[in-house]
Formats: sequence, structure tokens, C-alpha cells
Amino acid sequence: MSGTATASTRATTAPGARPGAVAAFAAVYAGQLARAKVARGPLLFVASLQSLGILLLLRGVVHNDPPRTTSAIVAGSTVLVVAFVALNLLAQRFGALKANRALDYYGALPVSAAPVVLGTAASYATFTIPGALLTCVVGVAMYGLSFAQVWLVVPVVIASGIALSGLGAAIGLLAPRAEFATVLGQLAMTAVLFLGVIPPTHLPGAARVAREVVPSMTAVDVLAAGLRGTPSWWGVGWRLAVTVAWGLLGLVLASRAFRRACAR
Amino acid sequence: MTSAMSEAGDVSAAVLDVRGVVKTYRGNPARANDGIDLDVHAGEVFGLLGPNGAGKSTLVRQLAGLTRPDSGRITLFGHDLAGGGATAASYVAYLAQDEPALDELPVRLAVETTARLRGLARAQARSATTTLLDELDLGPVAARPVGRLSGGQRRLACVAAALAADRPMLLLDEPTTGLDPVARRSVWAAIDRRRAERGTTVVLVTHNVIEAELVLDRVAILDRGRVIACDTPGRLKARVSDDVRLDLVWRRTPPAHDPTVAALQPRAHIDGLRWSIRLEAAAAREALGRLMTGATLDALDDFTLATATLEDVYLALGGRDDDMEKE
Repeated sequence: MSGTATASTRATTAPGARPGAVAAFAAVYAGQLARAKVARGPLLFVASLQSLGILLLLRGVVHNDPPRTTSAIVAGSTVLVVAFVALNLLAQRFGALKANRALDYYGALPVSAAPVVLGTAASYATFTIPGALLTCVVGVAMYGLSFAQVWLVVPVVIASGIALSGLGAAIGLLAPRAEFATVLGQLAMTAVLFLGVIPPTHLPGAARVAREVVPSMTAVDVLAAGLRGTPSWWGVGWRLAVTVAWGLLGLVLASRAFRRACAR
Repeated sequence: MTSAMSEAGDVSAAVLDVRGVVKTYRGNPARANDGIDLDVHAGEVFGLLGPNGAGKSTLVRQLAGLTRPDSGRITLFGHDLAGGGATAASYVAYLAQDEPALDELPVRLAVETTARLRGLARAQARSATTTLLDELDLGPVAARPVGRLSGGQRRLACVAAALAADRPMLLLDEPTTGLDPVARRSVWAAIDRRRAERGTTVVLVTHNVIEAELVLDRVAILDRGRVIACDTPGRLKARVSDDVRLDLVWRRTPPAHDPTVAALQPRAHIDGLRWSIRLEAAAAREALGRLMTGATLDALDDFTLATATLEDVYLALGGRDDDMEKE
């Protein structure tokens, strides 16, 4: 270095700036969005293809079933796109961040856990909108449902994205190893698949109870009701609020897990 | 904030005070840090030098607020870090040995995101990023993901992220590892500029002894979790100033019956046909003179005689590992 510090040198000792929660969320969201653009395209394609495949498969076994059944199939398949990304990919992502000590990067920055978790989750959820919309439109056409309320797919994807991504992040952060995070994320997605795609009236009693505690199921019900063309708007609002409340609970859990993982 | 932590402070003030820090990892009974005491003054470039496993990175992670000591106290700019990592994050810009979180981000976005997460508004962060990329000559790779760069460029991008948005202290864990000489110079120039213009305090980990001698104001030498010496590089080297290092490279196994070879062998650090011996200067000259005659000359391929380095200080003080970089 050019010379030792001298007594005349004045050293900066004031603390640096800290971003607000919204600014931190925006920075994480923008960064992760750019990252996801590069890395997640093929996986999102697979996520959509999986849901379209399930629609096609069930079309082969569902004949002359009432709209209550077919709308549940289309709504469940649509939310499955979100589940694939929010549970499977996000659990993997946070599991990997924890395993390779990448959380140190965030732990050494003046940001709290919530904006980091939420920003990352939101960037993943953003990518599900086109796939979910495509699945919904194809399903409505395939099963002869009403197009009038297809727009509901947007709030449903956002609400179920919030609901499931908190859970996905928590799974990734709480799993003791990255491999477990992947397996647990996959299992959770499988649960959403079966409980969401199979109409509740066709589920056995125990599965119907389990369905009540899966965070995204209220969003599936909202979309199913919309696709039948006669939703109760109070019911829509209430169910979406419940979905978001589940999500906030998941995000709180994920934020706590994040802080814990950072402080190892 | 107390008055002592106003906009500027005198360089004589200790901005980092570490007392009796002990840290043990689960499943490993050996203490990674075993009663560390040191202080760092404002505006100083302070180094932590030692071989792998000496406890440097463990100490640095505690200074960054990422982990807490089992016992002991760390005071940073007057704040006890026992309160949590938020205090450290306000004062310290930390560069880890590796930054996998940035791997998939393009270089420009990695730096800009870090600047925003250190509190800069978007426009400010963008402008600061442009300046920083120019300063470290990262412009040509600004759009490429960090993880797809060569090792040196990747490290340089991580250094750029660490320098994004001002902090009163830079905490850098082996910042120049893998860098070519040009990039290395530009990193030191960037760090020195911040110290000269803003009085930034720098704490850095290195196991490169030559670099340590060139850039550090003071250095703490760590061995097995303890500070075994702490002073300026010049004063530390003065402790072993009478010693020189005689390095010998043999063509074939040297003649064991030769009295000079027999005398040197027990004192040599031997790595195949390479011998390294610390001797008093006069004894080294004399030994070399004898080796340059007779049968030993035929067996000798090359030799160097060098003055003491910080590694010699480390060894003279009882350091037991010999894996510090000398390039």
C-alpha cells in the first residue's frame, strides 16, 4: 500500500446506508428475475408441459362428467404449474443456497430475511403466469368450460404463488441437506398434484381432510368456481384472502428459517 | 450513535477490538479460534496471515457478523457484535472466499444488486456500478454471468461486488487469489484509493507472504487458532533479520557422506530433491561455499539465497505448518 496511515488521515467511521424493505425486495426481485430468465426457461417449459399432459390424460378418462368435476381438473392442473416452480424449484434453490454457504452473501448485507425470501419467491412465481394461463386456456377449450372468468387465473396464480413459495422456501431452508430439500419439495408438489387435480368429491375422506390444509387448495376452488361461470364474488375474495394468509404464514416460517440458516 | 462514531475519526482509535475470542465447530473438538486478541485502527490495512486451517476465515466470519464466538467479545466501531449481524453489515463490506450467490447473475447486475442491498437508490447503484466496472476493467465481461467467467475474472467480479457502496471497513478474505498480476495491481489500487480518499479501514486475509509484506500496515500471524505475533511486517522480519533461507535443488540424491550435506540435512525442510534451510547469513554463505566444490557440486542443480520473509517469522515463532504461498 502507498504509505502507512498517518495521524493526519481522517477515517470514515459512520455506518453505511441500509435499504428499506421495499427497496431490498425490489433489488432481490430484479436480480433473481434476471437470473431466472437465463436458467429457468427449460424447467418452466417442463412445468407447463406436465400440466398440459395431465389435462390430456384425464380427458381420456373423463366422459360426460359435470362441470364441477372438469373445472376442478383444469383449475388443479393450472395451479400445478405454480406448485412445480414454488415448491420444487424454490425448495431446491434455497436448499442449494444453504448447502454451499451462499446465504453468507445475504447474511453480510444490511437486509432482513423477509425481503430476500419474498423477492426470490416472487421472481420464481412471475415466470409461472404464462404457463398457468396457457394451461387454463387449453383446459377450458378441451373440457368445454366458460372462458368468461379465465382472467381469474392471474389473482389465483399470485395468491397460490405466495402460498406455496413460502412453503417451498421453508422446505429448502429447513431441510438438513440439499438432497432432502429436493425430495421434500418433490413430495409436496406431488401432494398438490393429487389433491388439486382430483376433484374433492372423488377423494377419500382422509384425503379430503388433508386437502383442507394444503395452502393452495382455496385458490384451486376459486378458479374452479370461476370456470363454471358462476362464482360468488364474496367467496372468491374470502378464499383468495385465506390463500394469501397461508402464504404469509409460510413466508414468516421461511424468514425465520433463513435467519437461522444465516446464523449457523 | 455515540459522538466517537461521528463522520470522521482519528486513525489512532481502534475501530475493531477483539478480545479472547474462542470458536469451536460442532463435531470438531479442536478450537478454530483459541483466545484471539487483536485491535485494528482506523484507516489501517491490517492482515491476517497464516496457513490453511489457522482460523483466519473463522475469525473473519465472526467479524462479518455471520457467526458468533463461543466466548470473548468483538467490538466494531464501538458496537458489541453480540447484538447480531445487522451491526456488522452496516459497517463492513465483506468478501467471502467464494460467492456462489452471485454465480448466475451477470457481472453488472451482481454489482448493482449488491449496491442496492447496501442502501443505494437504483440510479445511484447503476452509476456506482459503471464506475466500479471501469475501475477494475470489467466492462468487457459486464453482461456475462459471474459463474461463467474464468477463475480470475470471477474473483475480480466478486471484489467489485464487495467494493459496491461505501462501507467504513472492507473485510476481504483472500481478495487476490487467482488473479493475474495486472488484475492484482488494479485491486490493490482500488483498495488503496478508498483508503486514501475515504479513510476506509481494510482487514484482509492472505496466505501469500510476499503480498502481505507489500500491502499491509500491520499483520497478525495466526497458527492453530491463536495469534502468535502481531506487528508491522518490517518489525516482525527484524526479529529474524540475521537469518536467511537457503534453497537447494538437487539433480540427484546428494552424497550423504559429505559433511556439509550431513550437517544441513537435519535442519532442512525436504520436498523430494528440494531442500529449504533457515540459517544465519554467515553460516549460509559458508555452507554454500563448501557445496560449490567436489562431489556436491555435481549433484547440485540450482540454489537461491534469500532474506527472511514473514513465513520465516512464522516458522521462527513456532508455526508448525509450511504451506504459505511464496509467489
